[in-house]
Amino acid sequence: MQKKMAYSFPDEVLEHVFSFIQSDKDRNAVSMVCKSWYEIERWCRRKIFIGNCYAVSPRIMIRRFPEIRSVELKGKPHFADFNLVPEGWGGYILPWIVEMAGAYPWLEEIRLKRMVVTDESLELIAKSFKNFKVLVLSFCEGFSTDGLAAIAASCKNLKELDLRESEVDDLSGHWLSHFPETYTSLVSLNISCLGSDEVSFSALERLVGRCPNLRTLQLNRAVPLDKIATILRRAPQLVEFGTGTYAAELRPDVFSNLAGAFSSCKELRSLSGFWDVVPAYLPAIYSVCSRISSLNLSYATIQSHDLIKLVCHCPSLQRLLVLDYIEDSGLEALASSCKDLQELRVFPSDPFGAEPNVSLTEQGLVAVSLGCPKLQSVLYFCHQMTNSALVNIAQNRPNLTRFRLCIIAPRKPDYVTLEPLDVGFGAIVQHCKDLRRLSLSGLLTDRVFEYIGTYAKKLEMLSVAFAGDSDLGLHHVLSGCESLRKLEIRDCSFGDKALLANAAKLETMRSLWMSSCSVSFGACKLLGQKMPRLNVEVIDERGPPDSRPESCPVEKLYIYRSVAGPRFDMPPFVWTMDDEDSALRLS
Amino acid sequence: MEGGLVLLGGGGGGGGSGSGGGSSGVSTNESAVSKVEVVSEASSYPAESELELGLGLSLGGSGGATGKTKVGTSSWGECGRILTAKDFPSVVSHRANNGGPSVSVSGTKRAAESVSHEGGSPTGVSSQVVGWPPIRAYRMNSLVNQAKAPRAEDDGIGEKDKAKDSFKKKPYNGNKINSAVNEKGHLGFVKVNMDGIPIGRKVDLNAHSCYESLAQALEDMFLRSAPTINSIGAEKEQVTKPSKLLDGSSEFVLTYEDKEGDWMLVGDVPWRMFLSSVRRLRIMRTSEANGLAPRFHDRNERQRSKPI
Repeated sequence: MQKKMAYSFPDEVLEHVFSFIQSDKDRNAVSMVCKSWYEIERWCRRKIFIGNCYAVSPRIMIRRFPEIRSVELKGKPHFADFNLVPEGWGGYILPWIVEMAGAYPWLEEIRLKRMVVTDESLELIAKSFKNFKVLVLSFCEGFSTDGLAAIAASCKNLKELDLRESEVDDLSGHWLSHFPETYTSLVSLNISCLGSDEVSFSALERLVGRCPNLRTLQLNRAVPLDKIATILRRAPQLVEFGTGTYAAELRPDVFSNLAGAFSSCKELRSLSGFWDVVPAYLPAIYSVCSRISSLNLSYATIQSHDLIKLVCHCPSLQRLLVLDYIEDSGLEALASSCKDLQELRVFPSDPFGAEPNVSLTEQGLVAVSLGCPKLQSVLYFCHQMTNSALVNIAQNRPNLTRFRLCIIAPRKPDYVTLEPLDVGFGAIVQHCKDLRRLSLSGLLTDRVFEYIGTYAKKLEMLSVAFAGDSDLGLHHVLSGCESLRKLEIRDCSFGDKALLANAAKLETMRSLWMSSCSVSFGACKLLGQKMPRLNVEVIDERGPPDSRPESCPVEKLYIYRSVAGPRFDMPPFVWTMDDEDSALRLS
Repeated sequence: MEGGLVLLGGGGGGGGSGSGGGSSGVSTNESAVSKVEVVSEASSYPAESELELGLGLSLGGSGGATGKTKVGTSSWGECGRILTAKDFPSVVSHRANNGGPSVSVSGTKRAAESVSHEGGSPTGVSSQVVGWPPIRAYRMNSLVNQAKAPRAEDDGIGEKDKAKDSFKKKPYNGNKINSAVNEKGHLGFVKVNMDGIPIGRKVDLNAHSCYESLAQALEDMFLRSAPTINSIGAEKEQVTKPSKLLDGSSEFVLTYEDKEGDWMLVGDVPWRMFLSSVRRLRIMRTSEANGLAPRFHDRNERQRSKPI
């Protein structure tokens, strides 16, 4: 006898209610209320985000969620960006596409980050999904313009093609011509990562001209400055625009044409590109600057005074990416002009120079923290720092949610007191109670980790390099940071003890990366044996770890939770420690 | 928390007994097992209290799913004794003496190892460490390529003289970046593919100063499966025997794609010139490389389309 609740809604009503719930967290919560809600929810979930492609298998995803329209996947660990993950490690999208081709014929959106995407994968996407609309490939690799041509030719409803900093093999500039003349639905195109010969300009021009809904266009460096006006006049409705090379011989007619074209773009809110900037051409954008909220000048090798002039024209600026040529003086100007600033990223112009080549110090960051009340997100490369500057920043900006500081020389202390920077970063975590992401640098002892473990309760991602003294440091973080999801560590003397003592914590996190630390092979094996829901992967290019003593530290270690079990697509230099004693695969 | 952070172990309760939290093994000659008491080592961290960390796995309980940091050592007891001596027959509790990073073969560590806790900051230290400072290759390559781009003259609109002066005043100029980057070791990673092998590798050209050493490294990487495979872009070259890849005696030949997209035989031009023009490498079967020297178009003869 089945009891029916008198007040329960029909499924369709619940489904309609659930359709207003978009965030993954809320959807997951909904699905855990009761069995019937679980069932209803899984049938009406349309979007899925998988932060680690090896945490779950395509089959498991398809079995639970049969009606997905949008998939987002991430592959390689973050430190792959800095060449710490050897080529061939993994993160292949093809198996996912193959499964989804059969299960999700109505798939519309694929967003990938740090995955290996082949032309075969792209061709399969083009062939399999009739209503395909959005393809975003961030920091991906493995494909060529042939794959892009397949997408262009087949995806009649494509709205978004975004190749953010992916590595694309240059084969032919004609792939853009594969968009048929009847294709008009483009909304967003980012090809800024393509090399010099990978775009035919006339095809681009025609494409832009026939797509009235185009809102985002980011060109690659090969597009010369004198072509910008042509493009803009065909797409004055653009909201985000990325130039190509911003350099040309200075000619008044070119300048006024350019300035006129920019001024006709009333909707423009975001600018980027600016390779090889010739400062004299910068005033051409002044007419739009008052509405600009996002400015990426991180490739613009121009001097501080030119940057200051530009920035002072942008009172609505919320997001600025810039090189350290801006210097302290430029940051002070920024602090007084741009009161709406939320995000600042300052990149080094000469990362390997022994001496700083520009006058950018901790003072610049302090000035911005003081002058910009809405500042939430900071990425700052510099050569020197003090505890007192960090304390100032923390006190000025308790609303920081992302703080990534990179002092370029490893283990550099407070340059005034010569002490470690423990107290400074301690102030950051103590005052910034909503801090979600933190990257450390400079001279740091176990004490900074004590502060982090005590105060950084909302911290989700922590990056550590050349820091700490002992396992105590790692233990503080693993035992104290309740919200920790991603931890990446390099060149720290953390070993077995803290890792083994906090093994259960690892199942509550997405992943842990440790390279050039002191974790022994024996500990890895133990962890793999005792924690069946963790994949413990040892990356070691010296050959099989069991050819060395068990106490020998492994080169690199990547641990992640997974319901899919160990993976089978590993290259010869990766070993999974799993539950069977004999499972260790020899190379 | 009252009174600030209290570390596990130390002051309260039955910390000394350490019967909770699992046992750990120290490998001795007799394979006798005893509990390991970890004393925080002499370092700059003021160790007012000694921490006891058992080598046990904590499943649930402190530091686990609840995420609560419990005070005192009673929490260790709650973990239960999951592991016994049998689990640790050969685990050696071993500490690096100097608290510095462990020896690693991946990436050169000389700069990092030389830094001590005395707070002296080395000069030019970051150049030889792999992946540091943490800047994406895309950004690094853009920076490098821009440094070589010619600067358009700033005449006409704008403060011409001021701009020129400031270019002179600042230590930065295109040439300096170029040479500084090449000498100090910029991210000179290029892709290498070998015919017949699906997985490509990357090699750091700045770890080499001549063709011989580069070819040697590539031979080690691709043509030998010895356990002493060097990490990519790692140690300095040891120039010993002449490379078979360069002298035509091997079944394979080393080629590269230059900035214009043409495929050339490696070794034709001076090393520095090669460095500035190479885009990627390919170890090609000799049979396919006929007619390669000195200029060679990719065998599919793809048309290069001009962007304009």
